[in-house]
Formats: sequence, structure tokens, C-alpha cells
Amino acid sequence: MNDQKKIDRTRRNLLVATSVVGGAASVCAAAPFVASMWPSERAKAAGAPVDVDLSRVGPGELAVIEWRGKPVWVLHRTREMLDSLKAAEPKLTDPLSKASEQPPYATNEYRSLKPEIMVMEGVCTHLGCSPQLKTAEARAEMGADWPGGFYCPCHGSKFDYAGRVFRGAPAPTNLRVPPYAFVAEAGLVIGEDKATKGA
Amino acid sequence: MAARLWSWVDSRMPSLKQEWRKHAAEYYAPKNFNFWYFFGSLALLVLVIQIVSGIFLTMNYKPDANLAFGSIDYIMRDVPGGWIIRYIHSTGASAFFIVVYLHMFRAMLYGSHREPRELVWIFGMLIYLTLMGEAFFGYLLPWGQMSYWGAQVIVNLFGTVPFIGPDLALWIRGDYVVSDATLNRFFALHVIAFPLVLLGLVVVHLLALHDVGSNNPDGVDIKKYQDASGHPLDGIPFHPYYTVKDLMGAVAFLGIFCFVMFFIPEVGGYFLEYNNFIPADPLKTPQHIAPVWYFTPYYSVLRAVPPLFHSQFPGVLAMGAAVLILFFLPWLDRSPVRSIRYRGAYYKSALAVFVVAFLILGYLGTESTTVWGQFGFDAFFLDTKDRATWLARLCTVVYFLFFILMPWYTGRDEVKPVPERVTH
Amino acid sequence: MRKLVIVLLLAPLCGWAAEAGYRLDSSPHDPHDLISLQAGARTYVNYCLGCHGLESMRYGKLTDLDLTEAQIRDYFMFTADKVGEPIRTVMPRRESKSWFGVAPPDLSLAARSRSADWLYTYLRSFYRDAKTATGWNNAVFENVAMPHALWTLQGERAYDRESRKWTEIAKGIQSPAEYDATVRDLVNFLVYVGEPAATTRKVIGIVVLYVLAIVFVFTYLLKREYWKDVK
Repeated sequence: MNDQKKIDRTRRNLLVATSVVGGAASVCAAAPFVASMWPSERAKAAGAPVDVDLSRVGPGELAVIEWRGKPVWVLHRTREMLDSLKAAEPKLTDPLSKASEQPPYATNEYRSLKPEIMVMEGVCTHLGCSPQLKTAEARAEMGADWPGGFYCPCHGSKFDYAGRVFRGAPAPTNLRVPPYAFVAEAGLVIGEDKATKGA
Repeated sequence: MAARLWSWVDSRMPSLKQEWRKHAAEYYAPKNFNFWYFFGSLALLVLVIQIVSGIFLTMNYKPDANLAFGSIDYIMRDVPGGWIIRYIHSTGASAFFIVVYLHMFRAMLYGSHREPRELVWIFGMLIYLTLMGEAFFGYLLPWGQMSYWGAQVIVNLFGTVPFIGPDLALWIRGDYVVSDATLNRFFALHVIAFPLVLLGLVVVHLLALHDVGSNNPDGVDIKKYQDASGHPLDGIPFHPYYTVKDLMGAVAFLGIFCFVMFFIPEVGGYFLEYNNFIPADPLKTPQHIAPVWYFTPYYSVLRAVPPLFHSQFPGVLAMGAAVLILFFLPWLDRSPVRSIRYRGAYYKSALAVFVVAFLILGYLGTESTTVWGQFGFDAFFLDTKDRATWLARLCTVVYFLFFILMPWYTGRDEVKPVPERVTH
Repeated sequence: MRKLVIVLLLAPLCGWAAEAGYRLDSSPHDPHDLISLQAGARTYVNYCLGCHGLESMRYGKLTDLDLTEAQIRDYFMFTADKVGEPIRTVMPRRESKSWFGVAPPDLSLAARSRSADWLYTYLRSFYRDAKTATGWNNAVFENVAMPHALWTLQGERAYDRESRKWTEIAKGIQSPAEYDATVRDLVNFLVYVGEPAATTRKVIGIVVLYVLAIVFVFTYLLKREYWKDVK
């Protein structure tokens, strides 16, 4: 009876040991398969940072740059556009961008590194359509107190010149700001900032 | 906790426990399985390996004539871990045939194809044919020079069938030459159609086997002597004894597999042919087209038969016959005993000569027909002076005689007394 | 009988080098020599990239050779703006076909289809031949459409096919030993480009085999323990 117990114990120990060792080896064997599903070098290269020549974006102009398959807006804001940000504040859902996504250097009052250059993703935070630029001139269709900004045609969300969403819109948060940095003279690189450089 | 979950499942699906008992915990297999008996479970292991690695390759492979070759290089370089998955699949393809050939050879050694297991053998042969198709379709996918021209040659063989040949070849290709249309359909057949057929055949192969019980190296019927509970005296339950033994065998096999995969994945050009690293070029035929090594014995037979009545069709027929004659093995073997251990010198020497002929045919198929030069003399019957072709012809004759004469020499062979119980 | 089978099984190995009847030299490259690989990359970009692309390789991958991205940008990236782009050639395919008779092939996999030995011998076997369009021919690859891209380094030689004799016509910048080293490094680089994962593969292979050996010990002990039941 004792012998049988000893045999059973030996077998259980060996089974456990073999399962542990074999299991560990199997996890290692699964690694390349799991790894293969991460972005490939081609996907990473296609998602690489994009350079922008700011000398081509005059005051009041909006450039649309493709980065990682998304439209990124580079808006050269005029003095009037910047002034309208203060006026828009009481009507905003998230004026201090507390619930929205942006890098630390875009949490200031202008949501940007430099006041006159606004960089944000042109993707509505509701369901992903791309809003349209509606300046203060568009008061006829946007309403008498329209300070200027963006209007999303899909479900009516409105954003100001800093991408902050107006109350009453289905969009919950402000437009996302991607990582970006200024380079040399009149250059901008989207997708890379001092913190993520080289990543 | 686990026990309660299990009893919930078991009460609703008793077949799980029943089938487990029938096919594993209470499937009594002979206790004297030796080295040759590893290859069945190894074949199943390789099938799983190929399916899993195949699925992950399909995530990045592009079945388009312009993109296919590049997509494989993409997998090798840009996909994280992609090169491992590619090498697993290429090594696995050759490993599958090595394992299957050894598995079939076991049957010829111990008479596992004999009564009452003829159906097991037939399902196995159907698996073999399906596997050859699967490998053939798969080989076109990398769209290298060898892929393209190998497919071109083999599809043209179908074109030699009298009357329907050219239309048949056109139908298979979907175009006038092997092209994007061919590549796409071969992709569909390789990735889903043939794997499904393969899985189905493996299931019925195992069901047919379990219904009659396994053979053993002595060829003895273990069901003849049973204990009080009706279990064969010389039998042991498959689980845990053979699950544990096959697990050990699988690990040893994986060791060899990984050695090849990580250190010599090309195996001198036999597993990954050098010419296939050149993108397919319909305008440039390579100097030397050869199928992958596992088809070469039959390719040799094809080339050995000269054109008759201006047609290569007799060669195609001979090649087909060389494969199909294996189906008849259970009925060609007239020996009163199953296992080679109790047969005489006729069968042993015939089998040895057959193996040598098969290996020579295999080697010759990898080379051009001029590999051993020409005969110095001339004669009226010498349609070709290539020595290699004449050797291939000799080996082809030997190959066929092994089967054709089998009823005669197995019937007359010396027979040693077969033991009542298994020996070792 | 067994000896015959072994001889027959080993016989295929003879067939490899026999291509054009020219004996191939064994390439002395060392895949672990990073300096050699860097030198080979430099030679490639300076002498070969004008015609031959390496489209399956990305510039950024050259960090494998211990080069920094800045070095790659400064010294190697002649045909791209971003480091993630492939190493393309600027030779236009259609025109080059009419100029040379065949478009210069991409060399990403040349080392795998031709072999390192072939490349090493080929690059050192060009000779002057007035009868060809380019004025060059090659002892390994007869009537090749490619001119001797490295002739300034090796110099000019003549070759007699019947007697298989080489004669020097003019010296190059490099001595024969220096030129051999240049070619060795270039071949080393091409072998690397053919399979960048090669060295990793072998390292992982050793680890895998050790792990499997350990797993095998356990599965063997398990088998032996259970099979004590079976007499």
C-alpha cells in the first residue's frame, strides 16, 4: 500500500515537473506566432513621423497632413482666431482638456506649443468623421454667435480653433493632439516629440 | 470546483468521456510497439504544425502573381518572428513526407496493411495522395522560378491525356499558361480545401484503425488472448502508456526538426531550392527543373519511360501507376504471416531491393538525365545514351516487379512459426 | 550494400559547383565580422546601388551592422528620404533592359540563389573582351551583360578560355589581396542581406536545442516511470 502511494507520488511529481517544463517551452514556442501579429517593419515605416514645411501654411490657412492613415490639421491661427478662443470658453464641454487626449505641452490655453500653430487630428471624437473648417464668416449657417472653428457634418459636433468641443455636441472630448515638435527654421515634424524621439 | 464543472459538461455531453475512453484510456494497443510505431503520432503532430504555421503565414502572404514573392520576403524580414514561421512551414513540409514514408514503410515491415486493416491502408493511401496534392499546390505559392516551372511541367503532364488533355490542362490552370489565375486557385486549394479533406481522412483513418485494433511488430493478433475483463493480455491502454511514450518521441522529433530548421533550413537545396529565391520569370526557363525531393522517385519513373506514339502519356501513366499500385498491397501480399520477422529470404531481399531502387529513383529525379554521362557504345535499342536514364529504367522495372511478382514470391516464401503471444 | 547506399546518398553534393565548368573559390567571409559587413555595405552603395536595388532591405535595418541611424542617413541613404524606406536603385527598369539586354536584377536574394562562393568567384573573374557590348566578359558567367563595376579597384585582366590562363593588362588601385578583401566584404554584406536573421537564427537554435534536451529528459523519465508497469 505504501509502495503504491510512493509510486503515485513519484508519478504526480514527474507529471507536474514535465508539465511545467513543457508548458514553459510551449509558451516560448508560441512567442514568434504572437509576435508576428505586432506591426511589421513596413507598418512601422508607413507610420513614421511626417515632416511639414510651415512656410507653405500662411496665416489663416489649414494644411491637412496624412499621418498613420489619419488627417492631421496644421492650422496657422491669426490674432482673431486666437482671441475667439477666450470667447468660446463658456460654451465648451472640456475647456481645460481634462478628459481629452493631448501631450503635456498641449494642455495650455492654446492647446499647442506655439500659439499661432495648432496641430490636431482632424478626426471627430464622436464616431471618426472628419470635420470641416467653418470660419467666423460662416455665421449665416452656423449661427450669429459662432466664434469660428470646425463643424462635423455627420452628427453636428462643433469644435473651436483649438479643437475643443462645444457643449450640446455628441462628441464627448476635444480633438486629439498628436505628438509633434518644431524643427529648425520653418519645420514641423508630426508623430515625434522630444519625449518620443527615436521611438 | 473543476470536478463540478466537468460533471456539468459530462451530464450534458457523455460522448466526451465515452470517446476518450474508447480511443485513449481504454483503447488497448499491443505492448510491443517499437521505434517504427512513432511515425503515426508524429504525422499528426506535423499536420498540426503545418496548419498552425500555415495560418500565420496566410496572415501576411499575398496570393497575387505580382505580390506573392515579395510577400514571402516581407514575412522573412519585416514581420516580427516571420522567418521562424516560414522555416517551420518549409521544414515541416519535408518532415511530413519523411514521417509519412517511414510510417508507410512500417506497414510493409509488419503487415499492418493486411486483413482486417485493408481499409486503414486505403484511407492512408488517400491521405498520401491528398498530401501530395497539398504539397504540389503549396509549392506554387512562393512564386519562385522553381515554383512556376515545376507547376508548368506538372500541369502540362495532364495535357498529355489523350483527347481531353489540353482542355484539362487549361481548366486546371485557368489560363493558357501558369499565371495569377492558377496561383489564386492553388492558394484556395492549399489553404482550405485540401487541409479539410486531409483532416477528414485522418479522422476516418484513425476510426478504421481503432475499430479493428492496432497491429504490432510480431503481426500477432492480441485480441486472441484476453483477461477476465475482456482486455487483451498483450495489450496496454493507449493512455497513459502510449500518450507518455509518444510525448517523448515527439520531443525527440522536435529536437531533430529544430536542428534542421535553425541550422540548415535549406538542407543543401533539398528543402528550400536555390532557384526558388529567384522570382518566377515566364520568359526564362531554368536550366534544370526538378520537383521537390519527395516527388522525385515518381518523376524518375516518368522520365524513364520514353515517348510512345509521339506522346509522353505512357510516362504519365507509369508515374501514376507507380503511386496507385501501392493501393493494392494488401491483396498482392499472399504470405500467411504478416510480420517480416517470420518471413523468409524472398520477402526480405525483395523489400531491400525495393528500398534501394526507390532511393536511387529518388536521387536520379533530383538531377538532370545527363548527370552520369553517356555510354561509350552505340546500339539499335539505345534511344538515349544517358546512363542515368537506363539506371532509372532498371530501377523502375525493379520497383514494379516488387509489386507484380509479390503474389508469387510471398506465396512461396519460407515461413517461420509465428508465436501465439507478442515477443518484443 | 550499406556503403553503396551511403555513397549514393552523398553523390548529389558533387553536382553543385559544376555550373559553367569554372571551379568556384570558397568565400572566406565571416558573418560575425561587423567591420567587414560595414565595408561591404559601403562598397555596395558606392559601386552597385547605381544599377542593382536591394528592395527587400530597409535602410533602417542596417543598424544590425552596428551603424547608427545618423550614420545610415549620412553615408548610405542616397536613394531615399526616410530611414524606413527600402534600398531602391535609381536605374530605370525599362531603359536598362534596352541598354543592357536585361534589367540589372535586384540582389536582395542573390546570395541565396547563387551562393556566396559563386558571388565571390564571379566578382573576381571579369576580363577584358573586345567582342562584347560592354568590353567585359566573365569566366564564371559567360557573356554576362554586366560590366566590371569594380574595375578601377581590381584593374584589367585578360583570360583565355581554352588554357584557363589569366594575364594582367593594367593594375587597379588595390592589390590583388586588397581586392579580394573588398570582394569578401561585399559578399559578406550580400549574404547578410540575403538573410538578415541568419546569425540570430543560429543563436536561438542553440537555446531551443538546450531547452528541448531538458524537456526530453523529463518526458523520458515520465515514460520510464509509467512503463515500469509493463512487463
